[in-house]
Amino acid sequence: MLEARGITKRFGGLVAVRQADLTANPGEIVALIGPNGAGKTTCFAMLSGFLKPDEGSVHFAGADITGLKPHAICARGMVRTFQIVKPFAHLSVRENIAVGAHARIADRAAALDQAASIAGRVGMSHMLDQQASALTVAGRKRLELARALATEPKLLLLDEVMAGLNASEISGIVEHIKAIRDGGVTIVLIEHVMQAVMSLSDRAYVLNNGAVIATGTPNEIATDPAVIEAYLGHGAAARLATGGVHA
Amino acid sequence: MKKNSTFWLFFAVLVVAALAAPLAIASTFWIDFLTLTLFLAVLGQGWNILGGYGGQFSFGHAVFFGTGAYLQVILQAKLGFNPWAAIPFAILGGIVIGAFTGFLSFRYGLRGSYFALITLAFAEAFRVLATSADAITDGGQGIYITLNQDPTKALATLQFGAGNGYYYCAVIITVISLLIAFWIENSRFGAQLVAIREDEDAAEAIGVNAFKVKMQAICLSGAITAFGGVFYAQKFLFMDPNIAYGPVKSVEMLVMPIIGGMGTIFGPLVGSFFLHTLGEVSKHAAHELVGDRPGLDLIVYGIALVLILALLPNGLVGLIRRLFRREVSRA
Repeated sequence: MLEARGITKRFGGLVAVRQADLTANPGEIVALIGPNGAGKTTCFAMLSGFLKPDEGSVHFAGADITGLKPHAICARGMVRTFQIVKPFAHLSVRENIAVGAHARIADRAAALDQAASIAGRVGMSHMLDQQASALTVAGRKRLELARALATEPKLLLLDEVMAGLNASEISGIVEHIKAIRDGGVTIVLIEHVMQAVMSLSDRAYVLNNGAVIATGTPNEIATDPAVIEAYLGHGAAARLATGGVHA
Repeated sequence: MKKNSTFWLFFAVLVVAALAAPLAIASTFWIDFLTLTLFLAVLGQGWNILGGYGGQFSFGHAVFFGTGAYLQVILQAKLGFNPWAAIPFAILGGIVIGAFTGFLSFRYGLRGSYFALITLAFAEAFRVLATSADAITDGGQGIYITLNQDPTKALATLQFGAGNGYYYCAVIITVISLLIAFWIENSRFGAQLVAIREDEDAAEAIGVNAFKVKMQAICLSGAITAFGGVFYAQKFLFMDPNIAYGPVKSVEMLVMPIIGGMGTIFGPLVGSFFLHTLGEVSKHAAHELVGDRPGLDLIVYGIALVLILALLPNGLVGLIRRLFRREVSRA
């Protein structure tokens, strides 16, 4: 469904993402993990059209979408959320979500109705008329998800929708994400909350210093020496194996 | 919806009051006052569509006003057009200039103060152009529409002399501009425009073609503002480069909606009424209290502006809404 081949992004002398290959098959939940600064968000920006890859190509639903504008990619059915949430602060929750619904629906009243029903799917029904600027962090993350969902995507790119949430809020949003997948939407997510990555994803990619260093099921990745070293430092895998880890 | 019924209520009251006003007001001074107030509210609405709803602050909206007005005058004076026939061309001129300036600014991603600066530059460039293009505009001395002195031809020439004709024309274009703003608040176009104002990247991400929507907004804004220019040309039958493209009109156009409430239907109208009333009152008060001291009214006016900008971030409409809500919650 989504296939990125050898995508590379340079910012001046810094190679943020180097020759990354990523795929997502229909109905999957794929996680993209890695230490801070590994290039995960840059990857998302290239997939969704906010940045044009310097090399490589992005294919989605059978077509080459490399270099298309974000709104055009959204129209084809792939939509991203932002790690740093971007609510339309002066609009109500309903109006925020309706902007997403307008991607498919021209009529204003129908879009507002659709917004109310989407809000129900992410547990925001009781906040419909609240101003987005009055929402808590958890509320804003949900709004980000709801707006993306309102565009009726085939594939969702979720950038750290759980960061900054407490444990009960995380388990709530995990349930919503599962339900969205069960509704037929493929999901690629960037996440630092390992509990969520382990319980949600079918496959995961690990990015470090801009390169994909491992891929596989969450369990395979958790025991991969290269991944452990990326997170814990050089030699950590060996120390873990001998049971003598003393950081 | 409740919000819409409130609009139609206000709208109906306003239209009835506006149409009845000449019956109650005998003074031509006050009818003229109302006419100019409404006219500036229309220009303010033109600015409001791009600046208030779209968040693209133009400091050179005179470029649309001046183009509309100049075309209206030139087509009649130089090419012998009937004033009615000139109107579509004048409005089209506003749209073309909108597309031109919009393309150059938005294509290259100019936002915020950079957009403000480029619009200011466009207006200045057109002012210089109008001054030097003698053959077309008669340059700095200005260009006139031939005065019609036959009262039976008032409607055909769109010249109403001293009667209430101009006032009713101002009411009509105000009504049109209010209806356009109402449509914006209840359409996909408007929702996408407001989303761009709030966060352009987020809007793009969820399917808003920001470039296209901003282009449509600047063309619509240009059309309304040019329409205002048509009114000015027909009322004063004269245009010169400073009136057309000078910074005075640009500033007036943005002050009305900012004071009244940006991104609201009635903001430009409320702002225009408030500022003109304030202007007249301070002029009279200054005269009564300290005699003939030119400029004193402008000081009062300036202080009021600063106070409103400092204390009312959402303008007068925002204040009215807040008071209204407090009353409702108390009841």
